[in-house]
Amino acid sequence: MTKQYEFSSKGLPYILVLPQMVIVAVFFFWPALQAIYQSLYVQDAFGLSLIFVGFENYVKLFKDPSYIDSLVRSFVFSGLVAFSAMIIALFLAVQANRKIRGATFYKTMLVWPYAVATLVAGVLWLFLFNPNVGIIAYFLKHSLGIEWNHLLKAGQAFLLVTIAASWKQISYNFVFFLAGLQNVPLNLVEAAAIDGASPMRRFWAIIFPLLSPTTFYLLVMNLVYAFFETFPIIHQVTWGGPGQATSILVYKVYKDGVINLDLGGSAAQSVILMLIVVGLTVLQFRFVERKVNY
Amino acid sequence: MVERSVFKRAAPHAFLIVAIVVIVFPIWVVFVASTRTLPEILRAPMPVLPGSHFLENYRRAILEGSANLGASALTMLKNSLIMALGIAVGKIVVSLLASFSIVFFDFRLRKFCFWTIFITLMLPVEVRIMPTYKVVADLGMLDSYWGLILPMIVSATAVFLFRQFFMSVPREIAEASQIDGASPMQFFGRILVPMTRTPIAAMFVIQFIYGWNQYLWPLLITTKQSYYTLLIGINRMLAVGDAQAEWQIIMATTLIAMVPPVLVVILMQKQFVSGMTDTEK
Repeated sequence: MTKQYEFSSKGLPYILVLPQMVIVAVFFFWPALQAIYQSLYVQDAFGLSLIFVGFENYVKLFKDPSYIDSLVRSFVFSGLVAFSAMIIALFLAVQANRKIRGATFYKTMLVWPYAVATLVAGVLWLFLFNPNVGIIAYFLKHSLGIEWNHLLKAGQAFLLVTIAASWKQISYNFVFFLAGLQNVPLNLVEAAAIDGASPMRRFWAIIFPLLSPTTFYLLVMNLVYAFFETFPIIHQVTWGGPGQATSILVYKVYKDGVINLDLGGSAAQSVILMLIVVGLTVLQFRFVERKVNY
Repeated sequence: MVERSVFKRAAPHAFLIVAIVVIVFPIWVVFVASTRTLPEILRAPMPVLPGSHFLENYRRAILEGSANLGASALTMLKNSLIMALGIAVGKIVVSLLASFSIVFFDFRLRKFCFWTIFITLMLPVEVRIMPTYKVVADLGMLDSYWGLILPMIVSATAVFLFRQFFMSVPREIAEASQIDGASPMQFFGRILVPMTRTPIAAMFVIQFIYGWNQYLWPLLITTKQSYYTLLIGINRMLAVGDAQAEWQIIMATTLIAMVPPVLVVILMQKQFVSGMTDTEK
């Protein structure tokens, strides 16, 4: 590549990146370093001084059955949410991508829920399943004989937050799958059709492999979403309960830090969460490395 | 064969309609509840058609809020708007400046700056809750718009998008503007930014929704009712303990909280879709 024309100025580029750098330093790097630092200390009984304890906070966490439990739950929850939100979205995108009447209308109707806040998604489903006033809870009780009470029953609570979290994510996945499908070269699909491949076979042998970059990208994004951004749903619908049933890692950090004021423990949890995000991000960028050229 | 093809043609419609019903159903129920009185809602099963208390409920929600809240939807709407616009505009301005610097200037810390911004992708607010709270508290920004907005206005995604776009801009334009005696900032303001309006619009849609839907951060740093956003207000209205939640007011507020971002997506659907899928790269 030949040398591109560039402005020659010594000070100006620094002034231009300064606002961004200041915010990153003050609100991102400094707190992240603080979290790492605090995770190596405990507060004494009066909260007056910090005592260095090395990795004890981490050791304690991994010996704590409730933390391990929360870790496992987070992975199960994220896997379930990612899987259901993606498979439903892919199916709908395939339907909407056909040349059918009203395709634009369908697309708009399936895209706009993206704008619904995660908290609102939680409130919507909470209202439908509220044991006293919820329409679905009423129906379950009087038609199917299922006593719905997610405040008491762990399985139901887990199911409810999974439904709400997946419902919210379908639109996002739909947009990406639809864009991906529109990039699939039609002549390939037509050639296969002429060769006598059935629609199912055309989908799995040609379209789905071509979609794999989109699918992989979405998988990472959905895991990140389910791991971190579903906090409002948990916080609103179940408060992590009943017991620990829906206490995913992000909720636990919040609860141990903000409510129980266990600074060292909460900081260690934050650091572990950071490692999880770093892992997911690296995974994602390794995959699209070819496209990043810095 | 004929039946089969009719079925084949109807099937996608059937699937899509079912999906839309599933997506719209919860929102319909919320709308119905927002037009009913509390006793009507509590008398299970709740009716499925709207009642006649639309105006009454929305008037109370907008002007007063529920009994336990002490903030009206109007105040909260204002706060949500300030936060969402502040975050969206802030992110765009800061990212434009940074991308301009990284792409059009040659300076020693160029790569360092790029990677610094890149790393923020790995530090979502959820993983640094307590220390960030402490920083904002130390800066005296709890219960303030600055506190709601400033810590949010970093966007690696926006920097990637603008950087990519800037790299596609022919350098001859920059060179020509220099020869004509324009300063780099004049080139930026009069030529580059106007050229970038499509990516800017796309980013605006996405970041406005992002800002509007922030929950954890305002939950941490707002304690005064006068700084509640709509989402925080909804959460507080539901936190009534053993008392009866005023579902009709809560549902009206929920709908009010949904309208602005949904409108933005519907009205700017094209920009929104391109903004989302372009940042994938």
